[in-house]
Amino acid sequence: MKTVTADPKGVDSGPHFMDGDHALAEGALAAGCRFFAGYPITPSTETAERFAERAPEIGALFIQMEDELASIAALIGAAWAGQKVMTVTCGPGFSLMTENLGLACMTETPMVIANVQRGGPSTGLPTLTAQQDMMQARYGPHGDNMIIALSPDSPQECFDLTVEAFNLSEFYRVPVIILTDETVGHMHEKVVIPPADQIKVLPRNNYSGPKEDCRPYKFDSKGGHPMVRAGDGYNFHITGLTHNERGYPVMTAEQNVKVVTHLMEKILSNTDDIIRLDEDQIEGADVVVVSYGITSRIAVKAIQDARKEGIKVGSLRLITIWPFCEKRIRELSGKVKAFVVPEINYGQMVKEVERCAGGRSKVISVNHCGGAVHDPAVILDAIRKANQ
Amino acid sequence: MSTDIKTFKSGSPMAETLRMDRMPHIWCPGCGIGSEVNSFADAVKRSGIDPKKLVVVSGIGCTGRVAGYVNFDSIHTTHGRAVAVATGVKLANPELTVVVFSGEGDLAGIGGNHLIHAARRNMDLVVICNNNFTYGMTGGQMTPTTPGTAMASTTPYGNYEYPFSLPLLMDACGATYIARWTSMHSRNVTQSIEEALLRKGFSFIEIISPCPTLYLRRNRLGDGVDQLQNYQDNSILKHGADTRETAIDYQGKIVIGKFVEKNKPTYLEAANKCNIKLVGDDYQLYGKTIPEREAEEKAEKERIAARRAAMETAEPEGEEESVSARKPAVSKVKKSATKPAKKVATKSKAKPQPVKKATAKVAKKSVAKKAAPKTSAKKAPAKAAKKAAPKTAVKPKTSAKASPKKSRK
Repeated sequence: MKTVTADPKGVDSGPHFMDGDHALAEGALAAGCRFFAGYPITPSTETAERFAERAPEIGALFIQMEDELASIAALIGAAWAGQKVMTVTCGPGFSLMTENLGLACMTETPMVIANVQRGGPSTGLPTLTAQQDMMQARYGPHGDNMIIALSPDSPQECFDLTVEAFNLSEFYRVPVIILTDETVGHMHEKVVIPPADQIKVLPRNNYSGPKEDCRPYKFDSKGGHPMVRAGDGYNFHITGLTHNERGYPVMTAEQNVKVVTHLMEKILSNTDDIIRLDEDQIEGADVVVVSYGITSRIAVKAIQDARKEGIKVGSLRLITIWPFCEKRIRELSGKVKAFVVPEINYGQMVKEVERCAGGRSKVISVNHCGGAVHDPAVILDAIRKANQ
Repeated sequence: MSTDIKTFKSGSPMAETLRMDRMPHIWCPGCGIGSEVNSFADAVKRSGIDPKKLVVVSGIGCTGRVAGYVNFDSIHTTHGRAVAVATGVKLANPELTVVVFSGEGDLAGIGGNHLIHAARRNMDLVVICNNNFTYGMTGGQMTPTTPGTAMASTTPYGNYEYPFSLPLLMDACGATYIARWTSMHSRNVTQSIEEALLRKGFSFIEIISPCPTLYLRRNRLGDGVDQLQNYQDNSILKHGADTRETAIDYQGKIVIGKFVEKNKPTYLEAANKCNIKLVGDDYQLYGKTIPEREAEEKAEKERIAARRAAMETAEPEGEEESVSARKPAVSKVKKSATKPAKKVATKSKAKPQPVKKATAKVAKKSVAKKAAPKTSAKKAPAKAAKKAAPKTAVKPKTSAKASPKKSRK
């Protein structure tokens, strides 16, 4: 990735006291996002409001679309017209967005979508927290497709990960989803926005070669391919149909193998470059707590208490949710007695941990339906049980 | 005479505007979409706009495939979302001319919400809607415009729903240009698209078109040509018609013409105005100040006018041979005096020629007018129509008065 320093126009450097939602908007502006199409939905609306407020002074454009279907559709159009684009939503809106999330995956359109999760199903708990859309982010759109998803645990990380989300999105030409939650979204904390020259951003890579060699796609299971920008005279065509590298529909089984393999493998064969984990005292641990988002901060209390009791507990915090850190869990399975997986849902990521543990280590789910974060004592109990 | 596909591809006059490497297309014989695309390609040429700055967005369905055949930047989106994607394209780069070309099921059915809101915002888009009363790609189901009693695969005993009249819908939503033609009126379609490409704001052009494979066959209405005959017999030219009177009954009268043309600030113009108030004159959108953008736009308009002027001076020589080969009717128009077009409105059995001649003449006049900068040309077609009225009698009022009598009869 050839990064450059951020455009100072969008960077509001310095220490701030802001919530996670606002930090998402600031992260987007710092990363060079200049187009935002959104639809109001609690608890994500503050991001849209912040962007709308900041847009005129920065020369960016905000539009409130008629629904989430239109929001993400407008992002696809805007991305191919040359802009870095973002939207925010939560569960019900994300359900609507899955339609064109599939189109964005198929057309390899870079975009960032923040899902500030709230309790479900359906309208559920509009103002209360949850982590229930983890699997929806991965398996929402129909057909095989692969996205990248990140999960921040604080407003500071909301900023940092949004910048990173744009960089990953631009490089792999894939939608990147920020899976945060109501608690982080509405939590006010210190957020330090670094000076522009310390923020590394990946600029949009637009094709500029001869017209006859112009291909919107290259099916080689790699990232880093240029986009083609509307208005540059290349007469590109893109479609949601199975297509060739020229972008023209080729609806055969053979071509589908090429396209789908590329879409999956451009992420799955580059997991070493993509996946970021936050590990603490994993070496020699008997129990490893696997957590993410706000739950990882609750787990810290339980881990500290367990260590005081003499239990060797390690912490594995998933910053990258998708692609899942299969390799790391496989390495640890068999070495540790058990994995403890607390999450604010009925047990979603725990299934991935179980799959990768392969029965070599116990996996204990500390699930907790939406509406509130865990009581650390519940996680501590699970750690004690795991250590037996 | 056998048609060699290779010769056809290389020799086609549309080779620059259509993706000849994608031919033959998927549309059935007798379908109206092909001639609409041809009109569209022609309109792009005649308009003088920079084809590099043109983006075509389509939804799903038979008409949704248009994006795959036009040789411009083109996006084939999901079902119903073409207008929303086009909104994104236009707002991300205001220099682009963005056209949505899709069917009525896509635009007014599944995509109805996007369509009405784009019209409400006066988003600077050209929306071309192929209305064939059926979902063709999926096998002939009922659509939001299928007239009462018509057979469709999902209304096997006849349709009993109330259909949309799209011009009325668009008028209610605030669209600033609304026209309706049939796929038989290809010259008018070309002219309307040309006008829409050159103006600002939300333009909606509905084209009634035959689907011989599904709609016509299921309703035993013959083939494509039979339906064109029906259009010829039953269309009523009525410029400026009240859109409340544009409903289409099963095989009934079809009111055609340009119903609405008005000016109001587009979404971006309104947004820019508000932001300038807020930020000051140094307000920039994507790194360009608004006066800079306006200057660029003006320069582009001048380039367009120059291209159009060049085309008009080049036309007389080239036209005779190419046109006489392809469209003999046109050369007649130039020579012979035109007959009053109101006959079409007043006599149902009127020949198609008067309409064609009259409107072709109007087209010529308005084209000449429009060579001038856009602002003054905004109302040119209407003026041209009025000016031409004494000779050609396409006077809106005349036909407007005449046709209700006709339809009452």
